[in-house]
Amino acid sequence: MLSTVIPIALFIVSLALVLNLWRLVIGPSLPDRILALDTMYINAIALLVLYGIYQQTAFYFEAALLIAVMGFVGTVVLSKYLLRGDIIE
Amino acid sequence: MTPSTKTQDTETPVSFWRRCWPRPVLSWLLWVLWLLLVNELSVGHMLLALFWAWLIPFYTHSFWPGVKSLRRPWLALKFLSVVVWDILVANWVVARLILRPADRLQPAFMLLPLDVQEDFTITLLASTISLTPGTVSADLSIDRRHLLIHALHVDDEQQAIAQIKQRYEAPLKEIFEC
Amino acid sequence: MSLVLEIIISICLLLGAGFALVGSIGLARLPDFYMRLHGPTKASTLGVGGMIVGSLIFFSTRGEGVSLHEILIAIFLFITAPVSAHIVGKAALHLQLPAVERTRGLSAINRSDIR
Repeated sequence: MLSTVIPIALFIVSLALVLNLWRLVIGPSLPDRILALDTMYINAIALLVLYGIYQQTAFYFEAALLIAVMGFVGTVVLSKYLLRGDIIE
Repeated sequence: MTPSTKTQDTETPVSFWRRCWPRPVLSWLLWVLWLLLVNELSVGHMLLALFWAWLIPFYTHSFWPGVKSLRRPWLALKFLSVVVWDILVANWVVARLILRPADRLQPAFMLLPLDVQEDFTITLLASTISLTPGTVSADLSIDRRHLLIHALHVDDEQQAIAQIKQRYEAPLKEIFEC
Repeated sequence: MSLVLEIIISICLLLGAGFALVGSIGLARLPDFYMRLHGPTKASTLGVGGMIVGSLIFFSTRGEGVSLHEILIAIFLFITAPVSAHIVGKAALHLQLPAVERTRGLSAINRSDIR
């Protein structure tokens, strides 16, 4: 049963990623694009977790955790850049 | 919440003990975090986790802001369950709002007058407001007396603000500040 | 693995995927930035949370002992999502992005002590 449910879930999350990509391309403003990237990394974590269950391995856990950490830092740094025009004051 | 209740009795004023374990709550959190990270419950890893839990607060405690003691663990637990419940239930509401025609939504900016004044409590309140669906905290006024909130769909601003104050701010104030 | 467990895991995964999709639909179709901010911060985060719960159940019932480390991802996301939403919102206010005209309380964002 899981072997049919997981591909469906993978498809749904991929659809979500395509929608994010669309927002990333059309913008219109920079915060919109940052928000789209933010959502994309969250959905990438979802994809990795799903794929980990599909392959029955815990190897992808570290990758997912790293994406979570780095994605958050990236979002904050980009927003900070928009706020100040500079990252380190 | 168990780590913080355990540390209640270690916070007795033995200064030597405090010097060795400057942040008991942080130490317990780090201990649990390390065990979760390695995903293994062996004696060796417990000892290694204990070492990290001692070393990291010992060398970094001067960078951390002031200690915040949890006044009422049980109230905190109740508050946490209320928030989790709100996240789950109200996400359905937001899902329906997002999927219906966008011109029927009535967004609004609201100013929430703050009763809580400490950084940590304001942060917790803002995070709670952002996580419970329908509202996002967008900015804090310079004098820290107002929080700017954007709501996706609101019929009555006064009522929404009163609800946030009563449901989230009052318990937080009681837990950390009273 | 028993059928009941598989059904529970499937429900978690599908609910999670559904919420992730709802968040992205919100991001793609809502009319102004401040409304778009709502979808990703909440629905997508809850979506990942649902999948983590599914993964937790799956790896804990394989007979190799309890596996709880996925919960770190969920905790981290639930702590950071409001923070990134707040700071992206702040950046948008700083750039004075337009909100749709029927938004109430627009005067609040023009107060000098806010921005």
